[in-house]
Amino acid sequence: MFGRLTLDAIPFHEPILMVTMAIIMLGGAALVGGITYLGKWRYLWTEWFTTVDHKKIGVMYIIIAFVMMMRGFADAIMMRSQQVLSAAGETGYLPPHHYDQIFSAHGVIMIFFMAMPFIIGLMNIVIPLQIGARDVAFPFLNSLSFWLFVVGVVLINLSLFVGEFAQTGWLAYPPLSGKEYSPGVGVDYWIWALQISGIGTTLSGVNFFTTIMRLRTPSMPLMKMPVFTWASLCANVLIIISFPILTVTIALLTLDRYLGTHFFTNDMGGDMMMYVNLIWAWGHPEVYILVLPVFGVFSEVVATFSRKKLFGYTSLVWATVVITILAFVVWLHHFFTMGAGANVNAFFGIATMVISIPTGVKIFNWLFTMYRGRIKFTTPMLWTVGFMITFTIGGMTGVLLAVPAANFVLHNSLFLIAHFHNVIIGGVVFGCFAGFAYWFPKATGYMLDEKWGKRAFWFWITGFFVAFMPLYILGFMGMTRRLSQHIEPQYFPMLAIAAFGAVLILCGILCQIMQLYVTFRNREALRDVTGDPWDGRTLEWATSSPPPFYNFAHLPEGNELDAHWYQKERGETDQSRDYQPIHMPKNTGAGVIISAYALVFGFGLIWYIWWLVAIGVVGMIGTWIKHSFNEDVDYYVPVEEVKAIEEAHKARVAGASTKPVTNNDDEDEMEVEYAN
Amino acid sequence: MQTNAVDHHAHDEHHHDIGETKLLGFWIYLMSDCILFATLFATYAVLFTNTAGGPSGKDIFELPFVFTETMMLLFSSITFGFGMIAMKRKDVAGLKRWMYVTFLLGFGFVAMEVYEFHHLIEEGFGPDRSAFLSSFFTLVATHGLHVTAGLIWMVVCMVQLNTKGLNETMETRFQCLSLFWHFLDIVWICVFTIVYLLGVL
Amino acid sequence: MKTSRYKNILSGGFVFFISLFLSGCQFALLDPKGQIGAAEKDLIITSVLLMLVVVIPVILMTFYFSFKYRESNTGETYTPEWAHSTKIELVVWTVPIIIIAILGAITWQSTHALDPRKPIESSVKPMTIEVVSLDWKWLFIYPDQHIATINEVVFPKDVPVEFRVTSNSVMNSFFIPQLGSQIYAMAGMLTKVHLIADEAGVYDGISASYSGHGFSGMKFKALAMPDQESFDEWVKKAQASNDKLVTLKDFETIAEPSENAPVSYYSNVPSTMLTTILNQFEGSLMCTITPSNSTEQTF
Repeated sequence: MFGRLTLDAIPFHEPILMVTMAIIMLGGAALVGGITYLGKWRYLWTEWFTTVDHKKIGVMYIIIAFVMMMRGFADAIMMRSQQVLSAAGETGYLPPHHYDQIFSAHGVIMIFFMAMPFIIGLMNIVIPLQIGARDVAFPFLNSLSFWLFVVGVVLINLSLFVGEFAQTGWLAYPPLSGKEYSPGVGVDYWIWALQISGIGTTLSGVNFFTTIMRLRTPSMPLMKMPVFTWASLCANVLIIISFPILTVTIALLTLDRYLGTHFFTNDMGGDMMMYVNLIWAWGHPEVYILVLPVFGVFSEVVATFSRKKLFGYTSLVWATVVITILAFVVWLHHFFTMGAGANVNAFFGIATMVISIPTGVKIFNWLFTMYRGRIKFTTPMLWTVGFMITFTIGGMTGVLLAVPAANFVLHNSLFLIAHFHNVIIGGVVFGCFAGFAYWFPKATGYMLDEKWGKRAFWFWITGFFVAFMPLYILGFMGMTRRLSQHIEPQYFPMLAIAAFGAVLILCGILCQIMQLYVTFRNREALRDVTGDPWDGRTLEWATSSPPPFYNFAHLPEGNELDAHWYQKERGETDQSRDYQPIHMPKNTGAGVIISAYALVFGFGLIWYIWWLVAIGVVGMIGTWIKHSFNEDVDYYVPVEEVKAIEEAHKARVAGASTKPVTNNDDEDEMEVEYAN
Repeated sequence: MQTNAVDHHAHDEHHHDIGETKLLGFWIYLMSDCILFATLFATYAVLFTNTAGGPSGKDIFELPFVFTETMMLLFSSITFGFGMIAMKRKDVAGLKRWMYVTFLLGFGFVAMEVYEFHHLIEEGFGPDRSAFLSSFFTLVATHGLHVTAGLIWMVVCMVQLNTKGLNETMETRFQCLSLFWHFLDIVWICVFTIVYLLGVL
Repeated sequence: MKTSRYKNILSGGFVFFISLFLSGCQFALLDPKGQIGAAEKDLIITSVLLMLVVVIPVILMTFYFSFKYRESNTGETYTPEWAHSTKIELVVWTVPIIIIAILGAITWQSTHALDPRKPIESSVKPMTIEVVSLDWKWLFIYPDQHIATINEVVFPKDVPVEFRVTSNSVMNSFFIPQLGSQIYAMAGMLTKVHLIADEAGVYDGISASYSGHGFSGMKFKALAMPDQESFDEWVKKAQASNDKLVTLKDFETIAEPSENAPVSYYSNVPSTMLTTILNQFEGSLMCTITPSNSTEQTF
């Protein structure tokens, strides 16, 4: 009746887990209770869960990304402390059974459920605004993508308390991840969390590509798009091409586990090397999916806070395109030691090095944007300068690892760990934080507290260096990754320093939490009334903060770089003229419902509860078909409503220069109006 | 009143744009599907010689049977094309007729494929016998599942044709389905050639 | 702002160097005991120095521009519309291209010279040791001496060793950091790595690819004997072991999952033992090999 699900699946005998579960259940109960008490369920459903508004979907992605960052970071602290204890001669508190799930979950969470949603969230909020559009090309699909992602989050969090997670590493190489060596539910949680949210990501790729190609404001050609949009276009091309590879690879592993096929088994013709090739053919483009958009963020931030035009726009765009193409011809550098011949290894090594050329060009473009600018060191700019230094070091160690013969002694060592954290934290995470700080006013209508933002930055960057430079050293000392027991005592000093670095990063995270609290507390003083708090250059700053739900009353002119900047100079920013009815999509619950069935489907497959699987399949397909019958998917915003919103904004902007801020708000600032 | 006429024209263009946008989006999705099949082909190419003492393609492929299947699918593409011509002429009855024929041919294709699989599994040559058979079954069945999805989609569209009539949304949907159907045909040609023909020769 | 940033980087660097002194640690990769490892160390140092040619100026420029063009420094030139310079573009594309071209040439040459499959040039006759990763220990088979060991591999210094590596279960990676290159161990397949010790000593060996529960304990010792005599003595000791590894059943007993296994020796090992082990995996790439026609997978 319940497949292989029994009460044994709940880890009653693991105190850490039971305490965590208790805290989360209490916290969850408090949250649910609070919402019920305040009577906000209807509001949440109509304004947030069923929304097809890209701005709100983006906000929801980022909220979840921050929450999952907490879990991923908790994993990191646990790993650092266990390794220090082990190197000190202790058994520690995490036996392999536990530790091995932690490092696997850490990688999966940080990549799939922290970095990806953060990036996709930023793309959601910013791209339509930057290109002068009203929403993405397929708003319903956007909602569906988000909720499918949520299903992945639910599954990986469920694995903590019902069953276990994979003990294979974040990429689950077979044969270790096959049925014979991982018979439990752990790998199945991995499979379905990634597979279901991966479909969501692929749909996002299609959505944003089409949006950028088709929905730009009519006067904006491709070579006048802001760089963040260009970088995102390339990232979405990478998503469209690479995610199907992941889908197939996970599906083949699934078939091996569920139907006894022999794709990656040790016998009957299976070939585990095929898995390694396939997963990295996806995996390498994946890291570029993460890093290209943040390169875009840095481009915007550098230009805005140097108060100067971005240097070398054309070469920046071409460098991005070159990186996109090269991303597909380097995957083998992740397994030089698997035994390919010298010709193959050398080719992939050299191809990998070649990517550093356009990447280096970008860094020079940013440097020369700063050159002879007027640089203001706001929080986003700090993250950017921190990135430039940190990422350059990480890139260097990457090129070193790209030399196959060097790789032969560095592969899978802590040097490798240090390298990829160097580029992912220094690159992707710093970029996400820069983008968050930069566009927070746009999305919410409030500035973030600068003081706590800067403190967070200094803790993060110092913490990063203290936590990861020792790992480079440990790599040279011969320490490999994923160890948890009997660690050589000679590694203790470096591991201790690294653990301290993790504590510094923890302080950085606490500063970020503090920043959000202080921002909320002082929100009236921190209001962004004009919509353009940074004196920005691109079109998203031409709207109010937050923008009206339809973004632009009139599709803006976009036929020059930094269009908003020059329109300000020429005094062309007034939107109050002939208003037209605006065509907007209606909210829908279909995305939530299909995803709910997907959750049922995934859970049923993990625990072999076949009737649940059937319900899931029928429900997903049925809801999808039912939704296709729905004709009531859009409406027109009447002219009077548009006029009212625009005039109100104009009045607030004018009032901001003459009146002090009044505190007459009891409405939720995030609640925007809908026609019905 | 003048503004209404202008609005109406802009509205029409706007709608025409929406159709084109949907088609582009669907086309991009098809390109991702292309990569999906390419990955399955690559897997087949690497694993098809790993027969682990079991049968190879030569032993199990029956070309006349597969040729019949192929013809059915190719013809279904032609009949779909005739349906699209009817649609352009706003000939709803004609569209429906050709869709029925296309559906029958597609259904026949899937039925034959299921028969082939059943027969192989009965003989002990199922997907769990060897890496070759695993990759053969997966590649061909993925295509078959796509065709099945297309058949379901066809049925839904036919029902909607009855309830909504042939409006712009329905035309766009049929255009997307048409792209899908022809794409699957092209994939099948690759399967027939690379898997069956080259397997037997 | 500027002072804090310098302070941050300087203190980071300080920590770095202090720790180098205080830890009194052995840098296995920077203190190689074999010619392969030595070549790899030189390669690492050369590559890093080449890249620092670009990296150091970039980091210095970042600090310098941040400081010089900060808002409060109102005396500086401000050119808000200047966004293009062919000269600069030329330099920033060309210099990295040159560096990468040099590094690329070094890569091509070194990748071929240090190909794990390439025998080590030596006047001394090479020896063969077969390596099988088990859960969670290492089995070393000496086909010519008819012995086998768990978690201890011994060979004379200055003798090139051809390691032929496979796995009995999941993927592992055979690695002796102070001697050089690692290579993956995969079931049903044979990979090869050539290593040589230039100095006598005891070197740590590990698995460099996570393989499950007992992975942390998959350590072994590599003993490089000072001369042929001491090696032969050790072989005699192993040949005198009461534990035998003759049949597949013997092997299966040894291969039973265990963690932190102690060193042990086995005698009477037939030279076909590796073939027997490989042939367990029906339908795998190496299923039909015999010692005479053994090949590793080729690409």
